[in-house]
Amino acid sequence: MGEQMGCACAVEEEFDYEKVEKVMENYEGQKGAMVPILQSIQEEYGYLPRPALEYVAKRLRIPASKVYGVATFYAQFHLAPRGENIIRICRGTACHVRGVSKVADKMKELLAVGVGETTEDMKFTYEEVACIGACGLAPVMMINDRTYGKLTQDRLEGILEEYREGEDQG
Amino acid sequence: MYEKHILICAGTGCISSGTLDVRDALQRELEKHNLTDKVRIILSGCHGFCEKGPLFIVYPEDVFYVEVTPDDMPELVEEHLIKGNTIERLLYKDPTTDEYIYNHEDILFYKKQKRLTLRNCGVIDPENIDEYIMRGGYRGLKNALFMGPTEIIHSVKSSGLRGRGGAGFPTGIKWEFACNSENDKKYVVCNADEGDPGAFMDRSVLEGDPHAVLEGIIICGRAIGSDEAYVYVRAEYPLAVRRLRTAIAQAEEYGLLGENILNSGFDFKVNVKEGAGAFVCGEETALLASIEGERGMPRPRPPFPAVKGLWEKPTCINNVETLANVPLILRKGHDWYSSVGTEGSKGTKIFALTGKVNNTGLCEVPMGITIREVVFDIGGGIRFGKKFKAVQIGGPSGGCIPEEQIDLPIDFDSLTAAGAMMGSGGMVAMDEDDCMVDIARYFLSFTQNESCGKCTPCREGTKRMLETLERITQGKGEAEDIAHLENLAISIKDSSLCGLGQTAPNPVLTTLRYFRDEYEAHIFDRKCPAGLCPDLLTYYIDPELCTGCRACIKVCPVEAISGEKKEPHVIDEPKCISCGACLERCKFDAVKTK
Repeated sequence: MGEQMGCACAVEEEFDYEKVEKVMENYEGQKGAMVPILQSIQEEYGYLPRPALEYVAKRLRIPASKVYGVATFYAQFHLAPRGENIIRICRGTACHVRGVSKVADKMKELLAVGVGETTEDMKFTYEEVACIGACGLAPVMMINDRTYGKLTQDRLEGILEEYREGEDQG
Repeated sequence: MYEKHILICAGTGCISSGTLDVRDALQRELEKHNLTDKVRIILSGCHGFCEKGPLFIVYPEDVFYVEVTPDDMPELVEEHLIKGNTIERLLYKDPTTDEYIYNHEDILFYKKQKRLTLRNCGVIDPENIDEYIMRGGYRGLKNALFMGPTEIIHSVKSSGLRGRGGAGFPTGIKWEFACNSENDKKYVVCNADEGDPGAFMDRSVLEGDPHAVLEGIIICGRAIGSDEAYVYVRAEYPLAVRRLRTAIAQAEEYGLLGENILNSGFDFKVNVKEGAGAFVCGEETALLASIEGERGMPRPRPPFPAVKGLWEKPTCINNVETLANVPLILRKGHDWYSSVGTEGSKGTKIFALTGKVNNTGLCEVPMGITIREVVFDIGGGIRFGKKFKAVQIGGPSGGCIPEEQIDLPIDFDSLTAAGAMMGSGGMVAMDEDDCMVDIARYFLSFTQNESCGKCTPCREGTKRMLETLERITQGKGEAEDIAHLENLAISIKDSSLCGLGQTAPNPVLTTLRYFRDEYEAHIFDRKCPAGLCPDLLTYYIDPELCTGCRACIKVCPVEAISGEKKEPHVIDEPKCISCGACLERCKFDAVKTK
């Protein structure tokens, strides 16, 4: 194990393990805590940095592949840094029949990114999700924790503008 | 003592329509007029009528305002609260009679409903346990504590309650299995991993009445002899998670959870686990793997969870809506409960009614109601006077029911016979503009994406079906595709490991059953009858309507449109790539498709 960790040495030196250690202490002795541990780490760093995952494996005495397996199974987890604001467009059935495809295309055009990508200035990450559960207001999207309903292509620029000027509104 | 109570709907729908701004504006106005000790503002759970949000009710007069904005608040306070005049323009206007309706019970959307599970949603403050108790809450639990497990299970069995999560397995029998499994440790699991696109009833129940779910969980624990429960809830539902946690803390404080509940000697603990975004985790064995901290993949049954579930201990897994029904059965008796519904399906079902209807939102109806009543009475018919075509029930596991079957009574067995499925209760209405092949393709792309990949029929089969459907919608379908789809569908249904794969072909099978002509039109005529599939559309300009403004010429990316100024323009068909830019740009509706 020690040797395996060695390959990440260059990163290890700069990486701040304090936050991961704190998370690990919080879940000490709890069974089945892998998902909440990863959720907490992601909350701290905004994504799941590789050294953090390796550290989790070491602390739990399990192979790093197992941690990686869980991290890549769930849509919520991200292995690369993400933007300041997370845009999630709903691709649910109600949104589909009420024309979310055009809204999604417009959004991608405005941000000049594809699904799962982040804008160059790290302001926005664009994602598509199966259903947000606000079908009554289709088409719908979320930016951070805020939901926007009855979307039209024309409204998007104005909404983005709110986030471009100010700080995180979520 | 407050003279008036104002309920503002704070479900996710209304919050995104601006509930919190309305609340702040109202608060400011009340302060301005020194009314804060006379008027109480309550943020309630989901009221169901999301289309018209934010919703606003003034008690005691019970006036129901819709689509209120912060700017309406000065008038509302001065006119309504001070002078006592109802503000007509904020009332709901019946679209057929054009009459204003004062009371929400008189609105057709609510009239045909029977709100049992949703009885408290939109009525109480979900973050206040006292309001739940005042409405009869925790009385079912109290009764259950006096009864032995056998008696509770007998009551749930006699009520005829069936699982609301999809397949409709009788709840009492499930409990009995778990009760009969002998072990020193047993678990109750509440499945709140509502992942079906188009369904949000569990979210609304958790947000609007979290104590009802909690009470159901505790009763289940008492019945099967368990002392610990997990609620597995989607992390995408932050408000539901928060309200559930608040409810648990309050119940603990009141001695309704924890050690020696109400001096009965019964101990019970409830944990919340947040899901991490995997549709397959709605399947019970996958959900258990996820709680254990593994990849959420299903495992073969038997052994069933009732014998070997969470951490190999007997586990009873129920859906949110199922559990929210339980307190009522224990409080009012199983005879009362089973008086509602049909022979094989008792009680009510909550549907998320969405799509092309006028009134979208959440409705709770007695089992046995017809699709027509839901779509046309509660839903108010199809938007923009279009023609009703089909209703999709049950999400990716369900199917499309066509207009010919609109008088089908909704219950577990009739829906299954029609090729659909109750599923979790998503109901998406579709009109003449919806292409049924595209809908089938949409659902397959969803299931293919969400397939966990453990078993081959589901992993490879859904992929092949999706590829075939994509080819058909792109106009590259072949004569044998329909037979190919049917063969694959049957193999996937028969041989997949879990419910996801076993039901994934349903959307294709039902559309093939009821809308085969649409598939044939795509394959043989290279046409999309609904005019939706972009690759199969031919664009042309109606010379009568074209004013020759040149707007479409400028926007066309491939220079396929020509014509002089003020003369009708023409599209050069071979050059056209069917991108639709001209259609969107034209202000005179002169660009048409065929």
